[in-house]
Amino acid sequence: MDREILVEKLQGIVGKNGVFTRPADLLVYEYDGSVDGAVETATPSAVALPTTAEQIADIVILAREAGLPVVARGAGTGLSGGAVPQQGGIIISLTRMNRVLEIDREDRTALVEPGVINLELSEETLPHGFFFAPDPSSQKACTIGGNVAENSGGPHCLKYGVTTNHVLGLEIVLPDGRIVWTGGRSAGVSGYDLTGAMVGSEGMLGIVTKALVRLTPSPESTLVLLAPFADIESASHATSRIIAAGIVPAALEMMDNLTIQAVEPAYHAGYPMDAGAVLLIEIDGSTDDVRGTGVEIAALCVESGATEVRSATERAERDLLWKGRKMALGAMGRLAPNYYLHDTVVPRSKLPATLRRVEEISRDFDLPIANVFHAGDGNLHPLMLFDRRVNGSTERVLEASKEIITYCVDVGGALSGEHGIGTEKRGYMTLVYTADDLAAMAGLKNSFDPTGMFNPEKLFPKGYMCGEVRALRMQAMAQKLGIHAL
Amino acid sequence: MAVAIENDANILRLGGFSGPDIPEDDLLRACVHCGMCLSSCPTYRLTGQEMSSPRGRLWLMRAVADDRLELLDPLFDEQMYQCLNCRACEAVCPSGVHYGPLVEASRAQLEQHRPRSAQERALRRVGLDWLFADSGRLRLVVRMLRLAEKTGMTALARRTGLLKLLGMEDLQALTPEISRRPIVPGNERWLADPVSGERRHARLFNGCVMGTVFANTNRAAARVVARNGSDIDVPVEQQCCGALHVHAGMMEEARVLARRNIDAFERSGDDPIIVTAAGCGAALKEYGFLLKDDAAYAERAQRFSDRVRDFTEYLGERDLVPPSKPVPRTVTYQEPCHLVHAQRISRQPRDLMNAIPGLELVEMRESSLCCGSAGIYNIIREEMANELGDRKARHAMETPATEVITANPGCQMQVRASLRRNGSSARVRHIAELLDESYGGAKSKRAIIGRSEY
Repeated sequence: MDREILVEKLQGIVGKNGVFTRPADLLVYEYDGSVDGAVETATPSAVALPTTAEQIADIVILAREAGLPVVARGAGTGLSGGAVPQQGGIIISLTRMNRVLEIDREDRTALVEPGVINLELSEETLPHGFFFAPDPSSQKACTIGGNVAENSGGPHCLKYGVTTNHVLGLEIVLPDGRIVWTGGRSAGVSGYDLTGAMVGSEGMLGIVTKALVRLTPSPESTLVLLAPFADIESASHATSRIIAAGIVPAALEMMDNLTIQAVEPAYHAGYPMDAGAVLLIEIDGSTDDVRGTGVEIAALCVESGATEVRSATERAERDLLWKGRKMALGAMGRLAPNYYLHDTVVPRSKLPATLRRVEEISRDFDLPIANVFHAGDGNLHPLMLFDRRVNGSTERVLEASKEIITYCVDVGGALSGEHGIGTEKRGYMTLVYTADDLAAMAGLKNSFDPTGMFNPEKLFPKGYMCGEVRALRMQAMAQKLGIHAL
Repeated sequence: MAVAIENDANILRLGGFSGPDIPEDDLLRACVHCGMCLSSCPTYRLTGQEMSSPRGRLWLMRAVADDRLELLDPLFDEQMYQCLNCRACEAVCPSGVHYGPLVEASRAQLEQHRPRSAQERALRRVGLDWLFADSGRLRLVVRMLRLAEKTGMTALARRTGLLKLLGMEDLQALTPEISRRPIVPGNERWLADPVSGERRHARLFNGCVMGTVFANTNRAAARVVARNGSDIDVPVEQQCCGALHVHAGMMEEARVLARRNIDAFERSGDDPIIVTAAGCGAALKEYGFLLKDDAAYAERAQRFSDRVRDFTEYLGERDLVPPSKPVPRTVTYQEPCHLVHAQRISRQPRDLMNAIPGLELVEMRESSLCCGSAGIYNIIREEMANELGDRKARHAMETPATEVITANPGCQMQVRASLRRNGSSARVRHIAELLDESYGGAKSKRAIIGRSEY
């Protein structure tokens, strides 16, 4: 299709101020939140900003006629390159579909458009006594549509679960332009759980145009505990004992000494500078339960070697303790100009050994690595600190990442806790999945999107979707036999 | 990749940027495009488009630095000036990107390299260069405008955009609040109430709009400072702070003003310099950065900046003499961008209001989102400014407040105009007036006229 005709038709669908096609305009749609070097930028041929599902359907049909790929984009805060248009095509930016359509107090649900900002959904439902539980660190900017695509997590997912546990139904535009609903208000699912398939599908199966999400009642009482330890080992031990005691904290986060060195001078949250590690533990529920559990956790921490346990119940105090954790990334600027935040998961029991390995890798690659992570569910976020102006530093970071990922997978972990695969980790998929596993996933993709039009070049290893399955299978068998974890 | 700065024969170059005031490469590359700034950006909130976000604009700057985008590409111009420079993005940036200086340097680049029509040039000369270059001229113009209002000649002034620039656009709504008598630097001084300990001194930064249109607000602020145990005067020879010039990329003009202010205030040692306009305060605190390459002034500029305190910040640093007269009203607070974001002052104004007996402070939604005033933005970008103003008015009107309190003249005018446009008669006042009222107001303390110490 002629470019001018395409532009004209797009304008016909979303109006003149809803389409960008000039090269200068397209420049700013070539990235997302991913780290330079880990994900290559790529430029779309057009960007459309629709306001309705029908407009999206029309764009998809137009793209099909024009033979162009389609990439859905929310706030573009993703860390795995999910919103970067690897093969060009049309970016459908959902930022103008940002209304909360309905809050149902009785059913405890909210019907939202995909461009609603995560934190603002919680703020809007707070007066009704609810919040939206998944709370990724980017929650101030990221959108519900993006959360659905990446199946986002966050500190409070230890108790409340990740995004998939909070999505009841979706309105989606399929790659053939049809608009369909999955799931619904009631608890049961009749037939295939298409909502489940959509959540975490990284924009490759359909484009979410409405989401019916579960709202969680705000707890009566919240307590935050801060427990410093001499070293990571004892903090990990305390974590294991808390979980083993059958306690489910709302959040259980660990920060190592390097992180404390960055965070404490920046925010004065009161973390002891000489601690080897601190645990930040949040408990919520009824006032009595919270108090009782708090005492129990404090005792377990002290038995495991905590030098003290501080507690905060007032909002301002709690926020201060949390600030050091939530703003940890920002404070890293005090230690190095660049960081690469990783996201892997290991079984909780393997945490101490994994952290030891991370420390070795840090030494081997002469690369400072700070650890700040969701200890409660074994979701690591090693933060590699570097200066990308130094020649070869980005490559060194990527090499070290590979070492960490490989180790995590070897001990039975996963590639990503909450950031998704995208282009960033597609090359590692064969570490975890056999060729047959991948083929099963490809089967799902093919049944939704046989021509590979939605968000191409993501999730599956490079070349996988263009007929190299056979070669890949051979390769995967040869290389990975016996070492994959599943 | 980056084109290194060439430094031969005084020609500075970074890709498409050249000459003085090039955006600093290191500052530019501190942005890791994580997107945490998006939701705080007013223009992104209104448009939902990436180029209208801080991250997008930084990417465009980087594209110019990398020779991937022409400096004079219309999009670059459009975006550098669509930005309100409210700096909300800076306050939330995890990587600590200094966005303000970068957008200001980009504007300076455009100012240097962009061809302008003769008319445009003349308007800018008169508007920013001539008018604000000497505080006496401004006082004269404000007097003339008052006269013009009485003789019905405001239409002309309104057409030129001058009235709006001076915060006098809606004269009808403003009339009761316009100060009859501007403050002339050097001419007024307030003596401290004895509080405890030694006698303290403070110096008032008068400002252009604050010292003329809102002169009585400055007087209220001075009385409050005096009630809290410090002599305060208005040092002679001080000038406009230069914020408007910096925002418009007119760096050299701003530097001339900055040097004159540094000279004027140096005589008063290390006494705190108190500012009632958040926009001025932010600019004054950045003199150190503005003059960092001026061998004769760099150090003095930093010393000057270290002395600057917003009015609320100054009071927050000491035990407040409790205001005693009840003010039985409900108010809401509009945070000036250049207070909350550029100076990170948010708690102090609220603490001060909560110290006033009888006063109830009710928070509005998005109190720290720009109201659309942003220096001269509401003149050059009326449509977007109005949209933001309406949004602010709606949020204020959702509260039961009968007064909107703020701490910057630009916000004061913009919020007032927006409220009127949306049918609200709520008053908009500076926090200094509210405190002064609770301390007994104008009758409580008189200035000694003609007697500034310096």
